[in-house]
Amino acid sequence: MEKRVTFRGWWLPALLIAPQVLISAVFFFYPAGQAIWQSLFIPDPFGLSSQFVGLGNFEYLLGDRYYRASFLTTAIFSILVTLCSMIPALFLAVIADRLIKGSGVYRTMLIWPYAVAPAIAGVLWLFMFNTRVGVVSWYLGNLGYDWNHVLNGGEAMGLVVVASAWGRISYNFLFFFAALQAVPRSVIEAAAIDGARFWKRFWTIVLPLLSPTTFFLLVVNVVYSFFETFGVIHTITSGGPQQSTTILVYKVFSDGFVGQDLGSSSAQSVILLFVVGLLTIIQFKFVEKRVHY
Amino acid sequence: MKNSLIGALALSTMLTPIAASAQTEVQFWHAFTGRLGELVAAQVEEFNASQSDYVVVQSHKGNYSETLNAGIAAFRAGEQPHILMVFEVGTATMMAAKGAVRPAHEIMAAAGGALDQDSYIGAVKGYYTSTEGDMLSLPFNASTPVLWVNRDAMQAAGVDPDTDLSTWQNVDAALTALKAGGEECPLVTAWQSWIHLENFSAYHDVPFASKDNGFAGTDTELMLNGEAQVAHLTAMGQWAQDGKFIYTGRRNEGGANFRSGDCALFTESSAGYAGISSEAEFDFEVRPLPYWEGVGNAPQNTIIGGASLWVMEGHDDAEYKGAGAFLNYLSSSAVQAKWHQDTGYLPITAEASEATKAAGFYEANPGTDIAVIQMTANDTTANSNGLRLGSFDQIRGIIDEELEAIWAGDKSAQEAMDSAKERGDALLRRFEAANR
Repeated sequence: MEKRVTFRGWWLPALLIAPQVLISAVFFFYPAGQAIWQSLFIPDPFGLSSQFVGLGNFEYLLGDRYYRASFLTTAIFSILVTLCSMIPALFLAVIADRLIKGSGVYRTMLIWPYAVAPAIAGVLWLFMFNTRVGVVSWYLGNLGYDWNHVLNGGEAMGLVVVASAWGRISYNFLFFFAALQAVPRSVIEAAAIDGARFWKRFWTIVLPLLSPTTFFLLVVNVVYSFFETFGVIHTITSGGPQQSTTILVYKVFSDGFVGQDLGSSSAQSVILLFVVGLLTIIQFKFVEKRVHY
Repeated sequence: MKNSLIGALALSTMLTPIAASAQTEVQFWHAFTGRLGELVAAQVEEFNASQSDYVVVQSHKGNYSETLNAGIAAFRAGEQPHILMVFEVGTATMMAAKGAVRPAHEIMAAAGGALDQDSYIGAVKGYYTSTEGDMLSLPFNASTPVLWVNRDAMQAAGVDPDTDLSTWQNVDAALTALKAGGEECPLVTAWQSWIHLENFSAYHDVPFASKDNGFAGTDTELMLNGEAQVAHLTAMGQWAQDGKFIYTGRRNEGGANFRSGDCALFTESSAGYAGISSEAEFDFEVRPLPYWEGVGNAPQNTIIGGASLWVMEGHDDAEYKGAGAFLNYLSSSAVQAKWHQDTGYLPITAEASEATKAAGFYEANPGTDIAVIQMTANDTTANSNGLRLGSFDQIRGIIDEELEAIWAGDKSAQEAMDSAKERGDALLRRFEAANR
């Protein structure tokens, strides 16, 4: 039986949540409301005049097959970034957890990449894979592989995924590592006495116990890959070649701040808001059911 | 309320004496860094030292797109500068914003400049002139594409460096010879849409868009899928497949390849002069941009790229006088001639060009006059005045994507340009709706 404690009166609880409500209203609801309002117009860049078009911006966007294609690009990109940043992080955390000597140095080194801003990470990776002077592309060339992410969409996607996931591995590592430390030794030892080997113990005990952390990281990484990878894409590919790395949030930027088309850009923000909201609901409704706290 | 009013009054009375004794301030936002940034700062300093009524304050606001954005955002917040640098692609956006800008010719005339609009080079001013023939912004840095030749690379591949490269037919043969001679990068380009579509169209006197390339109205449609353009891109697509044309990126990434000596031929702006002359450790040469013999009226004239200075609305008359005085100073022939010689940008007046010639600059630096000649050889036509298309930065992005499809061999030139037209026209219709 769950026990609920009820407080009398309403003003104290209201007062206590007021700061949070205020912050949400000013920094979230107000801008989101503005975006929804602006998405109903085609304004000129200077704000001198604007045409009310109702849902015209949405109609225009959804009728554009390049915009629809960008959904698929975004899906592929986010899945790859999430996988590429979580799996290596878990692997590294498991190894670090088993280290007895020098784990402090090892941990510190692994956390470093997180301190590098996405745009800088983008430039670093771009430099390594530069088709003319890049170290990696030069070695690949020696191996007989002609690396050219400027024209090859698959290679461009691979490059932005790696550059986006790289710094993120550190972040995920921290959480996985902390969660691993929290796994009770007694459970593991009991399993070991019963004859379960490392991988058996990992799959049947450790991974299920990590599931709340994994779930949290899943949500956070998906949101990251949707919104914060902008800097990487801007510095490495600018959405090209053709449209192979144009994810939704990059299109919001390029239509709004390069094309000065604020109506379309606002409509895209609204669509993005719904997509991410929907994804989070799905994650909480279906994935969370499998999570053991 | 009362207190804050008193506070504001106190503050303003405190500031007034300073403001009254100080000169009128004119804000100038530009997009130049490095050597160009230093040259702009020097111009501003010289102007400030030359008189005591006004002081121009220059600030760098990022690249071209960022500077335009900063200006637009500032205007929406009521904090706009007096003078804003806008690249040529943003021209239609600025022209459509009637309530946000003041015509440069009025400001310059009001500041006492004896402005003779006919003294400006036609192909330069045409880009920034209204249908009534009034100059709405002052051309500041204008360049045009030319062909850069690495003579050493030609020699090494066994091709005569003096071979005639004035037509694409000849270039085609030269590329084949270069490739056969072991050159791995026969041709590279910068700014592909600007050079191989926009300038290509003007140079061959074929339309890039309807309504005189957008000069006659915003109800314009792209015509870049015409026969001449498609034929050129088909040839380039073939060169890309054969490894004779190397694609390096949408902007001027190819410059690094050329300057390091990796490539034999390079189509790039005449303003590439500063970088190439300081970095290239090989014998290089400037040639006119090639044209297809027998296509359209080639060679007509090429069009410009670069930026112009716009005067923004919402300031008082004294400040506009200062802005006008600064623009008059910038357009004077001595300042122009020096700018042209320092940077490789075109002079904006015929007088500045004459002064440069008289000073013997062209003889000492062979090839620096090629861009001027190429721009001024013929009177401009409706197809070669320039382009005035809304959302053009974004349309260029679309063109870049479609060109990449050609270079990768995913689409034929016709398919790609048909698609570029369809997608670009949709943006033009939105621009038309926004500025109705």
